[in-house]
Amino acid sequence: MSTPDISHIKSSDYQLIYEPAEDSFLFLDALLQDINFIRNLRPVTCLEIGSGSGIVSTFLAKELGCPVLSICTDINPHATEVTKKTGLQNGISLEPVLTDLVNGLGERLKSNVDVLLFNPPYVVTPSEEVGSHGIEASWAGGKCGREVIDRVLPLVPNLLSKIGVFYMVVIKENRPDEICSILMKSGFTMVTVLSRRSGPEFLSILRFTRVDYR
Amino acid sequence: MKLLTHNMLTSNIIKGVTKGFPLGIQVSKLEEKSVDFNPDFVARMIPKIDWSALKQAASDVGKGDEIPADIVPQYEQNEDFLKKAHHVLMEIEVIEGELVCPESGRKFPVSNGIPNMLLNEDEV
Repeated sequence: MSTPDISHIKSSDYQLIYEPAEDSFLFLDALLQDINFIRNLRPVTCLEIGSGSGIVSTFLAKELGCPVLSICTDINPHATEVTKKTGLQNGISLEPVLTDLVNGLGERLKSNVDVLLFNPPYVVTPSEEVGSHGIEASWAGGKCGREVIDRVLPLVPNLLSKIGVFYMVVIKENRPDEICSILMKSGFTMVTVLSRRSGPEFLSILRFTRVDYR
Repeated sequence: MKLLTHNMLTSNIIKGVTKGFPLGIQVSKLEEKSVDFNPDFVARMIPKIDWSALKQAASDVGKGDEIPADIVPQYEQNEDFLKKAHHVLMEIEVIEGELVCPESGRKFPVSNGIPNMLLNEDEV
């Protein structure tokens, strides 16, 4: 395994987009740990919501080693630009779309997403900080850090294919048990793939799959 | 933006637009990039494609002759068909241009290969 080359991203870019940090690297570690599971799903379509630097989708596409359609959305135009470059820097063709969450894609990707990736803005902040198009959008999560997460959760059952898997990053303050019970009502089961403490944050990578799939 | 990705975009996020598909393409810069042909991947992608929308998209960018009007029977074994589909889906990229909502005429810019689907508050 190799961490994607991000040497092309300048410090001035990190004024505008989220710089990969512990949460990003824990996400990569979790995907690597699960790579055989994901490969065995024989995914065709991957979707990342809020791809930032693009490091996660790049890593997954590289590690899978087989072609996939990797659509990466972000609400921050700089992030979509950098996402594309990070893919190219690593020989991967990512397909960025500048949009809010999955707007414009939800209809056609319905039941078509095999791997859904989401490293949300999970930091607990005042609600007023949520909803920007700049770098704040990468971390400001509002109340319980859940305000953007709670807009994504209802989309998950619609987007995922029969075999589809959903990975997301959370911190303890996001109340993972509550997230679990929300998706359980739509027929999903949750596994905590990895957890790690990083400074004040207790990070986990959650994996959701359909209960009725095997 | 590959035509594969274009096939997944709709404009029914605009208030009052019901289907918003397929989006028209007005291209000012197109690129063709060679991508390794993987027949298995293309064959598994075909069922997810709206073929008539792909055909229209190909026509919009001046490549309509490069794929047949319909998916051929037993395409899984038809390498010639899969190669054509691969070319149009994976190798033709809209770098600069606009996507046009078929109902409202609203244009979504494509810049540096990235479609901008963001709407103004009064459009939602």
